[in-house]
Amino acid sequence: MVSVRESPTELGLSNDQLLDVLYKMMLSRAVGQRERMLNRMGKAPFAVTGEGHEATQVGTAYALVSGKDWAFPYYRDIGVALTLGQTARDLMLEFLARGENVSSGGRNMPSHFSDPKLRIVSGSAPVATQMPHAVGTAFAGKLRGLDEVSMVWFGDGATSKGDCHEAMNFAGVHKLPVVFVCENNQYAISVHWTKQMAVENVAVRAQGYGFPGVTVDGNDVLAVYGAAKEAVERARRGDGPTFIEAKTYRLVPHTSDDDDRRYRSREEVEEWSKKDPIPRFQAYLEEHGLLDEKTRDELAKKAAQEVDAATEYAENAPLPDPETALRHVFAE
Amino acid sequence: MVTVKDMPGILGLTDSQSLDIYYKMVLSRAASARQRVLQRMGKGSITYSGEGHEATQVGTAYALTPGHDWIFTYYRDVGVVLTIGMTARDVLMAFFARKEDISSGGRNMPSHFSHPKLRIVSEGAPVATQLPHAVGTAFAGKLRGLDEVSMVWFGDGATSKGDCHEAMNFAGVHKLPVVFVCENNQYAISVHWTKQMAVENVAVRAQGYGFPGVTVDGNDVLAVYRAAKEAVERARRGDGPTFIEAKTYRLVPHSSDDDDRRYRSSEEVEEWSEKDPIPRFQAYLEGHGLLDEKTRDELTKKAAEEVDAATEYAENAPLPDPETALRHVFAEEEVA
Amino acid sequence: MAEKNMVEAINDAMLEEMKRDPRVMLLGEDVGGGGVFRATQGLRDEFGPDRCFDTPLAESAIIGVAIGASLNGIVPIAEIQFADFIHPAMDQIVSEAARLRYRSNGGWGCPITVRAPYGSGIHGGPYHSQSIEAIYGHVPGLKVVCVATPYDAKGLLKSAIRDPDPVLFLEHKRAYRLYRQDLPDDDFTVPIGEAEVKREGSDITLITYGMMMHHSLKAAETAQDEDGASVEVIDLRTISPLDKKTVLKSVEKTGKALVVYEDNLTGGFGAEVAAIIAQEAFEFLDGPVTRVASPDVPISPYAGVLEEYLLPNPEKIAKAIRDLAAY
Ligand SMILES: Cc1ncc(C[n+]2csc(CCOP(=O)(O)OP(=O)(O)O)c2C)c(N)n1
Ligand SMILES: Cc1ncc(C[n+]2csc(CCOP(=O)(O)OP(=O)(O)O)c2C)c(N)n1
Ligand SMILES: [Mg+2]
Ligand SMILES: [Mg+2]
Repeated sequence: MVSVRESPTELGLSNDQLLDVLYKMMLSRAVGQRERMLNRMGKAPFAVTGEGHEATQVGTAYALVSGKDWAFPYYRDIGVALTLGQTARDLMLEFLARGENVSSGGRNMPSHFSDPKLRIVSGSAPVATQMPHAVGTAFAGKLRGLDEVSMVWFGDGATSKGDCHEAMNFAGVHKLPVVFVCENNQYAISVHWTKQMAVENVAVRAQGYGFPGVTVDGNDVLAVYGAAKEAVERARRGDGPTFIEAKTYRLVPHTSDDDDRRYRSREEVEEWSKKDPIPRFQAYLEEHGLLDEKTRDELAKKAAQEVDAATEYAENAPLPDPETALRHVFAE
Repeated sequence: MVTVKDMPGILGLTDSQSLDIYYKMVLSRAASARQRVLQRMGKGSITYSGEGHEATQVGTAYALTPGHDWIFTYYRDVGVVLTIGMTARDVLMAFFARKEDISSGGRNMPSHFSHPKLRIVSEGAPVATQLPHAVGTAFAGKLRGLDEVSMVWFGDGATSKGDCHEAMNFAGVHKLPVVFVCENNQYAISVHWTKQMAVENVAVRAQGYGFPGVTVDGNDVLAVYRAAKEAVERARRGDGPTFIEAKTYRLVPHSSDDDDRRYRSSEEVEEWSEKDPIPRFQAYLEGHGLLDEKTRDELTKKAAEEVDAATEYAENAPLPDPETALRHVFAEEEVA
Repeated sequence: MAEKNMVEAINDAMLEEMKRDPRVMLLGEDVGGGGVFRATQGLRDEFGPDRCFDTPLAESAIIGVAIGASLNGIVPIAEIQFADFIHPAMDQIVSEAARLRYRSNGGWGCPITVRAPYGSGIHGGPYHSQSIEAIYGHVPGLKVVCVATPYDAKGLLKSAIRDPDPVLFLEHKRAYRLYRQDLPDDDFTVPIGEAEVKREGSDITLITYGMMMHHSLKAAETAQDEDGASVEVIDLRTISPLDKKTVLKSVEKTGKALVVYEDNLTGGFGAEVAAIIAQEAFEFLDGPVTRVASPDVPISPYAGVLEEYLLPNPEKIAKAIRDLAAY
């Protein structure tokens, strides 16, 4: 596993950028928590969030050029969406299924991100279907001689799907500029990774498609960023795909409909809470003199305010007009 | 690549088994060649055949126990089914789509083999769908505590399918007694292997599923047999799946509808003809004093006669009753 | 007798079948832990992880492996977590399971049951709401069942498990916990291919299934109370093979037919029902064979207001009854 750097700026990130990375992680956490709370209060029927995955999501997305590169997130990727430029308000509008939400106007479930301007491509629920799409935009980019990169995120469960194989093989054969990011949180709902795959590191599969696979500590945001940066550069250079496996853990149930006590022990969750990527990155920045208590509290407050404002705006925003349910089946 | 230059006998094969292997290869070739001739004469709508694949097909199938182990072939595998116990007559009956064709009674295309008693499971045409089935019978065998092995054959093109991945992963996770045999003939119809995969040896993928993958010279029947035997033993011991990639070449067009001059040079075909597995094994047997000209001619003649008789029988056998086209959509009530 | 809701009835059916026949096993995603709808609750404790089996997340393999296992002495029940996720397995269902017997001239059979929760009305959005019965009901060699009551669910699931051919068993998820029903303690089955008259009437025959059966019963009550229209409600229960006899007999009596389904209108299964009535009961008809269904958009959007706008409900059905009665 690739792990944390000696010097925080070794990867070319400025101090401000490092704090921005931290902020994105904190904001992602705050959005996730707020959504789950609102769900429990009965304000939305469903929540799916990514607490614990922030280092993986923000670290990978940070390596992209927002609006130029193509992003194919899945339902856990609040951190990806926020890093690429969606706002807490966008996410809250989506969460509360308001008419003006950019992702789907209330059609898709929450956390099924879409933002055409940011090149965040609308995702569906069937696991792994987004992977061939990412290969497709990369394919088009290559055919058209562009230097755009596609990045696609998915879980450990998704690696078992036929689409995952077909997509990786296609990308490998044609050396396409795609970065595959597996957020390996060790569970697909209740199914432990040992029932999903017979290998310790699923990244080994990449060599069967003729491109490199790396396994990183997904709770170490700089390790993740380093791997993603390399992969994106490789892709942009025309050297083809990379598979990044980020080992992480979801600290919350799969969704608001899930009770994770059925399938994992409190001790296990507790143990992983100690590896929470946010305090970990904070400690790292503090150690290197880039963060003090005051700044940290300010950032936390800023995130909370952003989420408060987003929630208030979204709660007061109008529901979709019922008749819009008939629109956009085909081009208008 | 594993190659076998050892003395016959070393793989546990008796002299007569070695000759039997040789005969199965010759018979497969004869059955294929005959079908292509008959098709050109207008006696059948289509043929798929496996000229060039005989070492791979006979060598792998020979490692199984017919009627006990499970067979999942694809359309190229005339050599597999003849080794397991189908006859030239069975093959020709399917070619002519006759009523008594055991594979399908004239419903499936020729070379889509099925023989319940021999546990040769009916195949569809969609590439790679048979892989999960082989995993399924192996899964059942494991749950039931049986010592049956499933073997499944497919082409290099099939490795790109989602079903191939899902099947191999399932088999790996649950250490199932399955042997995956990829007959890598370097083309999927017209598509060269370099457009199918970005790796030299597709067998490397097995490690991504937690089980061994081996690449063998698919034109060397003893090398193939040795790899298959090891894989079958491993599976039967409960040690899980193996992926065997046999590098070979089809010496004929993809099917009777294909013109392979569109996509490969006659030099390439010529070059591979020189590696033809049948003369190669023949020379080997001769070199070890197991075969002489006389026996060779006898075996060739025997195969030709078997195919002649099969053709004659099948050509004269009745067509299916048209109304039977309505039957067997669902199970039928036992008629007392 | 014991009171059960539909999801409990389904659980009981599997429990009893697995006890009755050691060859029966269950495989799917998350089934070991009880499944996302708790339909497989307790089965792993009772029968062990081999018979209540967590598969990798791979639908084509779930069905493909079930097919293979069914050839080798296992009677598999394959669970697809949501019907919306069955499409990657379509090849295995349509090209393999449903064709295996036919293409081998009866040489092989494929006794698998594929269970899948389907249907809208739970804020599932476009990927946890789909109705798939028309797509699969079109396939010869595959039986398709749509259940919406505890009794039918239990009896039909047992029939499906015992059936020698592949059965797609669709459970309307909105009906899982809709109400409880007294179920006999003794073993019982409901035959595949038989519709049931759920409410007798003389003016209009209303043919439906799934969640719409419940909405239709409500609408029929309203029509009776408000307009004095007497509506006979037929629950098809099995989509394929279809029980034409029950449908035609009723239409011959009432002379008017209303077909109600949740799926979007065009090419929905109700279209087949309407065609059969038009062709085989033409001389008995006193009005147009009428359909109530969702509009032709992907069913259904997530926001409650959008979903409600699209789906048929008791009011929309009652209106259609009124219009047809007045014809
Ligand atoms: C094709 C398909 N099958 C089943 C599901 C139901 N489902 C939703 S999420 C999920 C687990 C996914 O696990 P993983 O890929 O590891 O991602 P994670 O949720 O752990 O981040 C399942 C089975 C689905 N959405 N799509
Ligand atoms: C799913 C599917 N796609 C396409 C086809 C058409 N098709 C039949 S054979 C074939 C090529 C298969 O190549 P390979 O797997 O290498 O086997 P080979 O014929 O070379 O032995 C194709 C594309 C098919 N039968 N099934
Ligand atoms: Mg996971
Ligand atoms: Mg090939």
